[in-house]
Amino acid sequence: MITVKDLHKKFGDNEVLKGINCEIKPSEVVCVIGPSGSGKSTFLRCLNVLETITSGEVIVDGFNLNDKKTNINKVRTEVGMVFQQFNLFPHKTVIQNVMLAPEKVRKISSQEARERGMKLLEKVGLLEKADQYPSQLSGGQQQRVAIARALAMEPKLMLFDEPTSALDPELVGEVLEVMKQLALEGMTMVVVTHEMGFAREVADRVLFMDQGVIMEADTPENIFSNPQNERTKAFLNKVL
Amino acid sequence: MIGQFNWAGVLEFLPELGTGLYYTLLISIIGLLIGFILGAIFGLGRISRNKFYYGISSFYIEVIRGTPVLVQAIWIFFALPLITGYNMESVTAGIVVIGINSGAYIAEVVRGSVQSIDKGQVEAGRSLGLTHHQTMRYIVWPQAFKRMIPPLGNQFIISIKDTSLLSVILVPELMFQGRLIASNYFNAVEIYTTVAVFYLAITLTLSYVLRYIERRLDVQ
Repeated sequence: MITVKDLHKKFGDNEVLKGINCEIKPSEVVCVIGPSGSGKSTFLRCLNVLETITSGEVIVDGFNLNDKKTNINKVRTEVGMVFQQFNLFPHKTVIQNVMLAPEKVRKISSQEARERGMKLLEKVGLLEKADQYPSQLSGGQQQRVAIARALAMEPKLMLFDEPTSALDPELVGEVLEVMKQLALEGMTMVVVTHEMGFAREVADRVLFMDQGVIMEADTPENIFSNPQNERTKAFLNKVL
Repeated sequence: MIGQFNWAGVLEFLPELGTGLYYTLLISIIGLLIGFILGAIFGLGRISRNKFYYGISSFYIEVIRGTPVLVQAIWIFFALPLITGYNMESVTAGIVVIGINSGAYIAEVVRGSVQSIDKGQVEAGRSLGLTHHQTMRYIVWPQAFKRMIPPLGNQFIISIKDTSLLSVILVPELMFQGRLIASNYFNAVEIYTTVAVFYLAITLTLSYVLRYIERRLDVQ
């Protein structure tokens, strides 16, 4: 599903990603952990070109993202993204948030988009909030709407950029629950997270990033119980 | 003191003042409509990555903001015909002046409002596969428009008052009519006070309407 070869990303003179290599298979759930400033989020944002790629090869769903001829909008229709700050559209109701892209991008009828949206809101447990505005919802509810909004495009791949970092502690669980459900249904997921419990329980593989490279990639059991890299050990000592 | 003035006599001049009011409103409405269109075009130019579009927009805004309305009015009415050989009617010239002048300020209002929308909104739109154009149209514009209303109202009020300067290019607006009457009938206090009240009535009405619209849009 995703192949990344020698990905570099520079912001001016500051090289944030210094040669990332990895392969992610369909239905795989990969959690990316690491200290802040390690490049996790930048790496994730390169996977749908919210950050331009400085050099290297990124293949997503058969599209070469570092090729000017690739239609990035088309790639993005297959790649859902959930943000730390939710980024719901505040001037639209919950159901309108969910319906917008299927209607305007997939060109399905308004009625079909609404039916699809309602099903997804039911799935994330927010059917009764359909006609409310995002500002009337709690953080956890907003993030669940954001997940439903991304799913409404029926993507093949979902990217999560620290989806629970902006939430009050008691609201984290409801979002992780929805994500876990999604993983069980076989969605391919790349999750940048600080939730080690989630990574341990749900991930098929955990990538530990530091200083712009993937230091260690392994199953959660191995990473958490028997880390090989010194930096991984030091990081896990601090957060666990 | 007040007693020595003939306030009731003002009623006699209501038809002339009415004509003035008509032209003031006409020029304000059409001028601001043009100003809004120009403002949208050049405001977007100021955030465009296209260097030419950006350059033209900046030039327009800087030139208009950097010169007085009075100079612009006189230049367009008296100087421009000497260059083009085409005489513009004073009312048309007045509309053009208000349009071009307010357009430059509105452009900055548009730019500021669009730039004030959180970058995450654009990212959310683009990550869903919406094109840049669709993201602007469905996500950024509606939110930016709401934020434009207070500064836009401010500009509308300024431009309405600026129309009084058009009396120097013989536009038969409110101030022009007032001056004409006052210099013929020596009733400066009564007439200019009435003129001031007329302007106040327009701007207060506008303020009220804008506040109403703001409240209506604030239902979320």
